[in-house]
Amino acid sequence: MSDLPEGIEQRSIGDETGLATRGPPAYGEPTDDTGWRRWNPRRSKLGAMIQSGMDTGLTGGETVLYLGAAAGTTVSHVADFAGPTYAVEFAARPVRDLLDVAEDRQRLFPLLKDARKPETYAHVVEPVDVIIQDVATRGQAEVALTNRGFLHEDGRLLLAVKARSEDVTADPETVFDEVVGTLESEYEVLERQRLEPYHADHLGVVARPR
Amino acid sequence: MTDDAWFADLDPGDRAAAADRIREGSAESPADWPALAVEAGVSADEAEYYDRLRGATLAAGRAAASEREGAVDQQLVHAVRAMDDCRRQANELAERVAEWGGSRFEEAGTGVEYARELSGRDSGSVGVPASEASGGSSEPRSDGDRQVLALARQVVALDEEADALAEYIETSTPEVAPNLAAMAGPVLAARLLSLAGGLESLAKKPSGTVQVLGAEDALFAHLRGDAPSPKHGVIYTHDAVRGTRSEDRGSAARALAGKLAIAARVDYYGGDRRPGLQAELDERIAAIQARAEGGGGDE
Repeated sequence: MSDLPEGIEQRSIGDETGLATRGPPAYGEPTDDTGWRRWNPRRSKLGAMIQSGMDTGLTGGETVLYLGAAAGTTVSHVADFAGPTYAVEFAARPVRDLLDVAEDRQRLFPLLKDARKPETYAHVVEPVDVIIQDVATRGQAEVALTNRGFLHEDGRLLLAVKARSEDVTADPETVFDEVVGTLESEYEVLERQRLEPYHADHLGVVARPR
Repeated sequence: MTDDAWFADLDPGDRAAAADRIREGSAESPADWPALAVEAGVSADEAEYYDRLRGATLAAGRAAASEREGAVDQQLVHAVRAMDDCRRQANELAERVAEWGGSRFEEAGTGVEYARELSGRDSGSVGVPASEASGGSSEPRSDGDRQVLALARQVVALDEEADALAEYIETSTPEVAPNLAAMAGPVLAARLLSLAGGLESLAKKPSGTVQVLGAEDALFAHLRGDAPSPKHGVIYTHDAVRGTRSEDRGSAARALAGKLAIAARVDYYGGDRRPGLQAELDERIAAIQARAEGGGGDE
């Protein structure tokens, strides 16, 4: 298992030991009195990637572009250990929760934008060290490709692929192979791993730009 | 290059303009905006830049979210009205079909169900003699029969359209008003939104108004002095009211309306889920319904 980035620790909170970051509570997760809060890998694909020991290359403090921030569950933890974090989410409903999460954090910038249209936020987002992507739409690989321009040459793409968003009927492995294949036109895939038991039919991918 | 930046040519104090630029602006490709802002003298240093960006993105996000949700609640208002229109038309036409069908076919039924059954018949089999195998029901033969069947199909189509609208309402209402939808059920929640004219106006209504939404005729009759005050409007369809004996329905409706008004306000101003509201309502309704067992005594 790779070393945890600065700002993420295995801690015992309540009666369980697991991933935790330090920051304002965001969604009713367990906390301890020193400000650490539980990062449940079952509720977060990135959490599952880290928990299952994938080498994310994260060290802490990097700038992040987060695509598919949803209600901000994962992104709240990311903002705890990372530097400036740009959180893109397109659905109006979860953005309310995302705004609450951002309200409590100094370097988390919520953007109500479509991750398939990077030109609509390129005037705000700077080049970043890490792109974290968890969008549940078809064309997940294409989203990663169109956002490639945001990534520093030595940056990392941390991608969670949801098989059922691409094709509900197809075998997940087939879908994953296709997504990774498309991805490889512009990224070098360093690691891929299924996110079971935390998330069914999801694949975690670590890649860097070619 | 800096021309594309969200902060280009902005008055640093103008938060609204900055938020607009975040929402409406665009650029071909990203750039090191923090450094450029400092270079251009827009921000003193990176920290100040990020503070400004934070204010602007939060304001932009809030504005965009309320605008979009506002738009969605108006869609629901239309959808619930369209659903009611379809239902009413379907029922009205179904009566006509039943009346007409009853004059032409042996067995007659009523309502949309009968129309559905008629529409299932094959109007192409005109001229084919009535078959014993089909349970003795007569097969359509004439132009008149065909017209009845065509009308029946319209009834079914309208009814199915109403079902589709109901389905749309059921999936969309929890997105717009999660607490209200959870407590009232999606359809009743959408009905309340529709009667109030949207989530914002529902959130601004006192609970006494929520209680009688949909009972406007009775309310105005009461205000003219001709009638007792209505105990409830559309919230009558809620189990908390319908499941309570009639002496206590006023109390139940008042309690329910109070919680629904709070739920609408949470949905409009907050947006988080408050499962506690439901528990409070359940407790109150249980207390009211317990009066019946207590022989009409107080709770």
